[in-house]
Amino acid sequence: MTSEKPDALNVTELPSFAFGHRSPMWWGTMGMIAIEGTVFVLAIMSYFYLYSHSPSWPMTTPAPELLWGTINTCIMLGSYIPNHFAKKAALKMDLSQVRLWLVICMLFSVAFLTVRVFEFGALNVRWDTDAYGSIVWMLLGLHTLHLLTDAVDSLVLTVLMFTGPLEGKRFVDVSENCMYWNFVVGSWLIIYAVLYWSPRF
Amino acid sequence: MSVPVTERVVYDGTPEGTVELAETWRDPPGLMGSLSAINHKTIGRRFIVTTMGFFAAGGILAALMRLQLMRPENDLIGMDLYNQLFSMHGTTMMFLFAVPVMQAVAIYLVPLMIGARTVAFPRMNAFAYWIFLFGGLMIYGAFFFNTGPDAGWFGYAPLTESEYSPGKRIDFWAQMITFTEVSALLEAIVIITTIFKLRAPGMTMNRMPLYVWAMLVTSFMVLFAMPAVMLASTGLITDRLVNTHFYRSGDGGDPVLWQHLFWFFGHPEVYLIFIPGLGFLSAIIETFSRRPIFGYPAMVLALIATAFLAFGLWVHHMFTANLPELGKTFFTAASLLIAIPTAIQIFCWIATLWKGRLNFRTPLLFVLAFFFILLMGGLTGLMLASVSLDLQVHDTYFVVAHLHYVLLGGAVFPLFGAIYYWFPKYTGRLMNERLGQWNFWLFFIGFNVTFFPMHLLGLYGMPRRVYTYAAEMGWGTMNLISTLGALLIAISMLLFLINAVRSYRKGIKAANDPWGGGTLEWAVASPPPAHNFDVIPVVHARYPLWEAPKKTGYVAGLAANHREQLITSVIDAQPDYRGSFPDPSIWPFISAIAASILFIGSIYTPWAVVWASIPVSIALIAWFWPRKKETEEDLALEKSP
Amino acid sequence: MRGILSAAFAVSLAALPLHAFSQVATFQNAMQPAGVQAEKILDLWYLTFAICTAVFIAVLAAFLYAIRRAPRADERTAAEVSFLRQAEPASKRAVLLAVALSTILLLVLLVADVFTGRALIQMPLGDGIHIELTGHRWWWEARYSADPPSRMFTTANELHIPVGKPVVISLKSSDVIHSFWVPNLHGKKDMIPGRTATITLRVDKPGIYRGQCAEFCGYQHAKMALLVIAEPQEQYEVWAEQQRQPAPAPTTASAITGQKLFMGGTCVSCHTVRGTSAQATLGPDLTHLASRKTLAAGTLPNSREHLAAWINDPQKFKLMANMPSSPFSSEQLQAVVLYLETLK
Repeated sequence: MTSEKPDALNVTELPSFAFGHRSPMWWGTMGMIAIEGTVFVLAIMSYFYLYSHSPSWPMTTPAPELLWGTINTCIMLGSYIPNHFAKKAALKMDLSQVRLWLVICMLFSVAFLTVRVFEFGALNVRWDTDAYGSIVWMLLGLHTLHLLTDAVDSLVLTVLMFTGPLEGKRFVDVSENCMYWNFVVGSWLIIYAVLYWSPRF
Repeated sequence: MSVPVTERVVYDGTPEGTVELAETWRDPPGLMGSLSAINHKTIGRRFIVTTMGFFAAGGILAALMRLQLMRPENDLIGMDLYNQLFSMHGTTMMFLFAVPVMQAVAIYLVPLMIGARTVAFPRMNAFAYWIFLFGGLMIYGAFFFNTGPDAGWFGYAPLTESEYSPGKRIDFWAQMITFTEVSALLEAIVIITTIFKLRAPGMTMNRMPLYVWAMLVTSFMVLFAMPAVMLASTGLITDRLVNTHFYRSGDGGDPVLWQHLFWFFGHPEVYLIFIPGLGFLSAIIETFSRRPIFGYPAMVLALIATAFLAFGLWVHHMFTANLPELGKTFFTAASLLIAIPTAIQIFCWIATLWKGRLNFRTPLLFVLAFFFILLMGGLTGLMLASVSLDLQVHDTYFVVAHLHYVLLGGAVFPLFGAIYYWFPKYTGRLMNERLGQWNFWLFFIGFNVTFFPMHLLGLYGMPRRVYTYAAEMGWGTMNLISTLGALLIAISMLLFLINAVRSYRKGIKAANDPWGGGTLEWAVASPPPAHNFDVIPVVHARYPLWEAPKKTGYVAGLAANHREQLITSVIDAQPDYRGSFPDPSIWPFISAIAASILFIGSIYTPWAVVWASIPVSIALIAWFWPRKKETEEDLALEKSP
Repeated sequence: MRGILSAAFAVSLAALPLHAFSQVATFQNAMQPAGVQAEKILDLWYLTFAICTAVFIAVLAAFLYAIRRAPRADERTAAEVSFLRQAEPASKRAVLLAVALSTILLLVLLVADVFTGRALIQMPLGDGIHIELTGHRWWWEARYSADPPSRMFTTANELHIPVGKPVVISLKSSDVIHSFWVPNLHGKKDMIPGRTATITLRVDKPGIYRGQCAEFCGYQHAKMALLVIAEPQEQYEVWAEQQRQPAPAPTTASAITGQKLFMGGTCVSCHTVRGTSAQATLGPDLTHLASRKTLAAGTLPNSREHLAAWINDPQKFKLMANMPSSPFSSEQLQAVVLYLETLK
């Protein structure tokens, strides 16, 4: 113990929230991305494992139809635009812009969730037909689960932006949601390639 | 406080201010308060007590197994019950005790060690506890209704498929994994974010206690290991419930896929248990040898290296399945290689003890047991790493011996040391030293008497998971000795329980720092107030309490009437901003109930995933939805970046 | 107190192996190799054990010496923080040396393992025999291949093999994962449904060896044993020739009655007796049941009383086995047993 008066580090003037990796929410979201990314990677590896153990792939059915999956990929890629602008608006804390772009994101959500229903129908195989069918449904199912939860998350945020109560931290939530949205779209690109294209080679 | 506080009252260092600060961070009273509690110490205490309860349950199951095996052709416990016993024992210890207890201790301890008032996501922390509790209750409920798992703790397919395991036993087991893994994954996120963002100013990563490093490394491992078992068990659930073909040969499935997915989790899992134990060792050795641990950078790198290597070993659990020989040799090499970082740690601890001045109290005794038990377990691990040797001893009692030596030597003995060490901090009273010594020696001797003979039994041909064995095998004597050892362990545990309860009620009162420790948790009262630190310290050294600073620093300007926690930068812990933390909430509890309904419902029908997701969504939305009052309070204190 | 307890512990630990060694069976025992593979594994075991014991003693000694020599302290003793500013070169050298030695020893173990692994699979397979072993819950089905294929025969739960010749065993499973393990002969290998694994062994010492399923396979995993009887080539040929023959027709009145009961009852839904109309393959082949030493995969000795008791109520000895109780009266049971005794 020193005999001098202790030094005070006064933090009153510091801000009360921050964006990006300065925020615990960013780390939480990254943690979720790490977990779910790992699930996807392991599911994809299981896909190729079963592929390598099978004399033919698909085993007994034709490969999935390209139409709906490709349309959905385009819609999801398209959703990058409103998502990107929503994030920029959140960083500027521009409420009216955030509202606009979040609503547009939700329209994209409705679109790709609808098309996803058709995708399941166009897989040309049931989950209980064989191991190929099982892993295909598992991969598409896992991704759909993420689409759904992301859609619900985003919907809740969108409504909140209109009804309040609002504070600065909510813009941080919006920007983290945009990051998560990018993950859901990015992981789809890989899964799309695996599900729709690898059986064709 | 039902009126929004729109005036910021900065903590002023007066006793009244301290009372207000404590009031701000306290959990509300009563039953509703208890269910809404989010203080990390409340959750930590509950979590520790619950996991120790599961430890006791798992121990009782083991005692029953040992009673059955003490004589050849014994008929104390029938075949079906025995198979459930060993499955429940393994499942309890691995899923409901070993990893959760480590996270529970971290939840309590890490904020205190890093100079924080809270964990990063207090409500998610509470949810993680509840969902864990419900999962554990579910599987024990199933067990008591004769629906307990009976295919071992690693449930190999196709034995676990519906053809060979009809009924709901395996479904309950597979779904319990979902409960416990969700809990562990969320806790990992909480711990990582807490360590990265909530450290006191000046606590650079280079100044973090080795225990905090251990928990950081462990939590990262959790993020990448647990998803494997979640995916595996989901595939098993769908195989059983809706007839997918993941692990059933025929129609393209492969039982070995289960093994790959399970062990990709399963090997890192044992390091999830072991690495926190290594953290305990460093914390206790430094205090009881009155000096810093030798070789801090090497110790940190060793932890990180162990974590990475742990992901490259999993096939050593599968050496007897028909896999390519060259591939297996790679895993032998990796399994031998991982000994090196652990060896580095052991040698650094010996170097520390060599030049230390030793205070031989019960915590130190428990960690010293590591140097006998874990050392032996690690060496038998090298034997198992060899493919050729493993071909003989895999799936025999040799492995049972090895796994208990490493898990108890590397984690459980250090855990008991940790309990004796931090008990005064948690409860304000010291545990009884004499009872502690008796507890330790009976446990140490009992452990070796129980498990050492099992090495020999494996070499002499006794396979695992057998409910009985023929008299002509000549295994009776060693099994009897093993059972007697188990009796000693049981007595030692009873002594521990007596010690814990008596000390909690009437133990010698502890000051802030009964052991003369050097890290921040010893700076606060025992037990700490709700807010942990009256003022957040500015950290100037690795051992803040041992190294007198040129000038003591502290953080001023945080509110006394609002849950404010200083957020700092990841590497250098520079002050960044004042984060506003949530009030207690009932929604984590309700969400856990809703999620449990979903998980348990889906044991019976896949449609449960659909309709039960509605209450889950409602609960989660209610949890997230900002309260007008809290928002107004935040707005009053708000300052934009 | 501590001294007394540790002394007691040390004494009991020392007494333990003495007693244990004297009692343990030698016929299901990895420490009693009877074949070249088990021998090579045991050689590696001794090397590894020696190295590990040496390391254990060295590290433990260093540790015990450290805690002995360090002065005692209590919680009020000031912590020695000067270590944070000093370099401690002696400790650093010692740790580095210890790590270097450990690494070298690990490399030695790795090399020894690689060499042993190679030795285990390097064996000329020339004039060996080939068996296809299928694991069932909870018994072993063995088909001995032959050239020409008409000389193939099937038996169950007891293998005879020639001494000194390679034995190649293909391992399959009809249901869940089992594991073939005869420790006196070789390490184990899993029998995974949907795959065929192969294990090759050569026995050098004649004798009766016991193996057990080593992968948990459900209720009666504990009672899934098999016997491997290694005998000189000529004796093996005699046995094999015997096994190739269909069952002889019974000659005594009671045996004939027994056969009628057998053929007319539930037995034929699961069992084969070559040379008769019983051709089902759900259960073990009984053509030469009387030549075997045990019943129910090593659960019971093969004697008249045990056979009768087993047929009467298999569930009593092996609960949940697939074999139901027989509806025979005690006289009928006697006749059936007498019939089965003719199946040498």
